[in-house]
Amino acid sequence: MESFLARYKNSLVLIAIVLLQAIGLAVQVQHPKEVVDPREPDGRHTTLLRYWTVSLFTPFEKVIHWSSFDVRRVWSGYVGLRHAHQENQQLELEIARLRQEQAAFAEDAAQGRRLQALLAFKQQYISQTVAAQIIGTSGSDSSRVLYLDKGSADGLKPEQAVITPDGVVGKLRDVFPHTAQLLLLNDPTSGAGVVLESTRIRGILRGTSNGRIQINNLTADSRIKPGEKVITSGGDQVFPRGLPVGVIESIVPDPQHQPYMAITIVPDANLSRLEEVLVITGTQATLPPEAQQDAATADATAEEAKRAADVIAERLPSVQETTGAAGSTGSTGSTENQIGGVPGIPNSGLPKPVPAMHPDKYSPGAAPPAEDLKPGGASTPQ
Amino acid sequence: MMAEHSYTSRREMDQYVFHTAVTLLVPLAAILIQATVPKTFPRLGIVDLPLIVVIFFALARRNPVAGTMTGTLVGLFQDGLTNHPFGVNGIAKGIVGYAAASVGFAVDVDNLVNRIALNFFFSLLQSGLLYLIARLLLGDPTVHLLPLHELLRAVCNAALSVPVFYLLDRFKSRE
Repeated sequence: MESFLARYKNSLVLIAIVLLQAIGLAVQVQHPKEVVDPREPDGRHTTLLRYWTVSLFTPFEKVIHWSSFDVRRVWSGYVGLRHAHQENQQLELEIARLRQEQAAFAEDAAQGRRLQALLAFKQQYISQTVAAQIIGTSGSDSSRVLYLDKGSADGLKPEQAVITPDGVVGKLRDVFPHTAQLLLLNDPTSGAGVVLESTRIRGILRGTSNGRIQINNLTADSRIKPGEKVITSGGDQVFPRGLPVGVIESIVPDPQHQPYMAITIVPDANLSRLEEVLVITGTQATLPPEAQQDAATADATAEEAKRAADVIAERLPSVQETTGAAGSTGSTGSTENQIGGVPGIPNSGLPKPVPAMHPDKYSPGAAPPAEDLKPGGASTPQ
Repeated sequence: MMAEHSYTSRREMDQYVFHTAVTLLVPLAAILIQATVPKTFPRLGIVDLPLIVVIFFALARRNPVAGTMTGTLVGLFQDGLTNHPFGVNGIAKGIVGYAAASVGFAVDVDNLVNRIALNFFFSLLQSGLLYLIARLLLGDPTVHLLPLHELLRAVCNAALSVPVFYLLDRFKSRE
């Protein structure tokens, strides 16, 4: 027995260590499913082990980060000022252009707010954010995790959304007292509820093993096209609604999940070159005071534009007359379709729908009259 | 008896030891560099500096138990910085450490070509092990093996191993 142990000592040590870790893996994989509290995605013991590891490395990462930050600040503060005057002129031109755009958007924004109020729409506005700097990475390209220089002592909590001015970048995973793990959108374990901006189709976005971002729970739809913008839907209870996520790059059939499509998205934020991020620590149902002030300004701008349009309309009566004449001329050919068309027949004057090119059971007129229907019977002729 | 004496002499001749500080600090520094450099240079995330360090210590010590332990500990520290469960890198690097120490008996590890070839091979071995662990032990169907990417990683690791081995050779000493 002793000779056996001595002879195979090396192999036995390897087997024992591998076996122990395999059992440890099994325990860790089982535990998170039982964990209901999202504040500990790994389970209590694993979180503690991770905390020890992170505590060992993050102080050095912070030192390295701030040292390089000082060097960059000196460079940008002195050496990099050579083209400042030219950049300043460009920025002034940019501001002028943006002011023009703002005036154009003011009317749309005011209209949007009025419609939201009419529909009693529950919007979540970002009320509080914490700016944080990236100090390190996971060191593995299969784990897209970054480390922030802020932690629970600064008000951060797990599952909080992380953004940049360009768009969404991810959410917080483990949060330690003075550092936090940022799980990027392109990690395979990451996900977000999104909506396609123009078609309003909802989907779930996931990271892939090769660092891309895909929506793969949608079937083929001719309305979905490359170039369409993708924004957060707010349905995941993590990311507030309406934050920019990215743009659709390609749509191909997903060979592993037929009949679904693999819709690849190019993120708006550059996930591989993040320096500073904003952690959303608070949302509210009403606009923040600064935003309310901006909204009031926008409303005033829109009202002013409307008054100006009214004044012009009053001073140009011929335009109205011409429009009215054109309208009456256009409607002469279909007077029987207008309200009050045939006396005695209800709604005979309402506009008639355009006939369907390919009628089916949902086409107007396909369903039998209500008096012909029987309880429990088929609603359409079989 | 003569063969045994000769073997022992060769083994003693080729086995190296390291100062305790080197044994502790070099792997930790490798993990730290691996965690900080990709922040500024994202493309460098493809190399695995801790793996090169594990292979170096395993080849230099030629002790499979020490190689397994070094690989396992370095791997577990790496796991701590990721969002993976503890043990994914621990198992892979433990096996690589054991294999490297075992191969060290049969190969001239001071030869430059051998060093490049060994690093290339062990990098591929680790990629294969990580894939198997993710698919078989963790049951993660989303993980895919990207052969070209892993080949590129192996080439990068092999190339980086040349200066790293040259640098770490300075810390080697005989008992």
